[in-house]
Amino acid sequence: MPENASALHLVLTGDPALFAIVRLSLIVSISATFFAALIGVPLGSLIALTRFRGREPVIVVLNALMGLPPVVAGLAVYLMLSRSGPLGSWGLLFTPLAMVVAQTVLVTPIIAALTRQTIEDLWLEYRDELTAMNVGPLRRVRTLIWDARFSLLTALLAGFGRAAAEVGAIIIVGGNIQGFTRTMTTTIALETSKGNLPLAIGLGIVLITIVVLISALAWGARRAAERFSG
Amino acid sequence: MKTFRNFSRHLIALTLGAMVLTVASCAAKNDKSIVVASTTSTQDSGLFDYLLPIVKERTGITVEVIAQGTGQALDTARRGDADVVFVHARSEELKFVAAGESLKRYPVMYNDFVLIGPKSDPAGIAGMKKVERALQAIKEKGATFISRGDRSGTHIAELNLWKSAGIDIDQAKGPWYQSIGQGMGAALNTASASNAYVLSDRGTWIHFKNKGELQIVVQGDARLFNQYGVMLVNPEKHSNVKKILGQEFIDYLISPAGQADIARYKVEDQQLFYPNANDPNA
Repeated sequence: MPENASALHLVLTGDPALFAIVRLSLIVSISATFFAALIGVPLGSLIALTRFRGREPVIVVLNALMGLPPVVAGLAVYLMLSRSGPLGSWGLLFTPLAMVVAQTVLVTPIIAALTRQTIEDLWLEYRDELTAMNVGPLRRVRTLIWDARFSLLTALLAGFGRAAAEVGAIIIVGGNIQGFTRTMTTTIALETSKGNLPLAIGLGIVLITIVVLISALAWGARRAAERFSG
Repeated sequence: MKTFRNFSRHLIALTLGAMVLTVASCAAKNDKSIVVASTTSTQDSGLFDYLLPIVKERTGITVEVIAQGTGQALDTARRGDADVVFVHARSEELKFVAAGESLKRYPVMYNDFVLIGPKSDPAGIAGMKKVERALQAIKEKGATFISRGDRSGTHIAELNLWKSAGIDIDQAKGPWYQSIGQGMGAALNTASASNAYVLSDRGTWIHFKNKGELQIVVQGDARLFNQYGVMLVNPEKHSNVKKILGQEFIDYLISPAGQADIARYKVEDQQLFYPNANDPNA
């Protein structure tokens, strides 16, 4: 990225380095949200609909993990993926994939905890009906997830927001390598450390704008889908 | 349930799409690439932004730099997570070699540290020739001093300076001595915001954009010398180390061409690093 450039200038001139950074940020955070949803939605539903010993402590821990500090998640993933760690031979450290893994670890509890709450609330509403219809457990889960899809979308957005906003985890496992693992947030951290505060805050505004746009897109999709399904 | 089956189908398609996207973006990694664990000062001074495209052009190697403090960079290398380590704390580097973590250390270049302070100069040290005298004055006046506190090369140099000034900093530190545990740029930002003194390498200082009321107060003392060295991580300890490419990068840095490239890096017409690979004592 050129020196002494303002963020506005970089956006208006379509700076390729800036666009590569934005693209990587989106790929990493969206992938992480996606994989976290694949784990978190079934996990949250399972906890919502089953009764087992120690269920309440599990819920408490899950809710608490929504506040998992990114730097702790990053460090844990770092120790796993380091060449001296158990998964070192995979050679994933300091790659975008490592960043996806770290953010998935961060986002999964958020999606799982919010899904658990949503499904449990819906279950209270549907219980009598579904019990009367005598449907199997798997179809119950499917029905509940399907009918809660719009609320679950908000859970996914919360997860994505977390992923897009954090810097602590990806800077540890990604290494902030120029042109390879440098994202919006790690660039902002770097420019701040260079004392380039106007560029850093400008990039911050770009990041917020992108997150708002994605939120608006999701909202628009939700409205359209609601109208479609009547 | 038809809607649900449709939904499942979409979900599967989306999953595959996301996986392909993720893998594709990661597979873009260049085969001819090495990971170099280096220091915040080489990055914050802009040296790598200037030098790495030249390295790519001359050797075809894509250098991926992880910028950390010297202590952390050596740790990263020790774990086998880097191929080459390029840092500035001679004593630590020699220990690294002695421990068998690398087979050889190569001196590359030097610059110097400068003592930075506010223009108001509460310790009255501006223009002093002896950095030890300046540090003693800062301590006596209790003027605010920002320490990196992160085991970086600059932090280690700072601790050595307190020692040679005859001050046991563990004993002497009070509210005036603030250890922030962050990189060079962060330390300069903190000093700028609190009108404090701070030790910086000259490269980062010249390149730093948020100087505010700060200026150089002491420079030119031989004790402020700052040597950089480069080492290939021992491939016998970590079989994943790319020894051929890593050595090729090192050979470039210490070659006449590499040395001349380093000398050509200037910010605001000031040369930031002085090559000295030929100095056997460096």
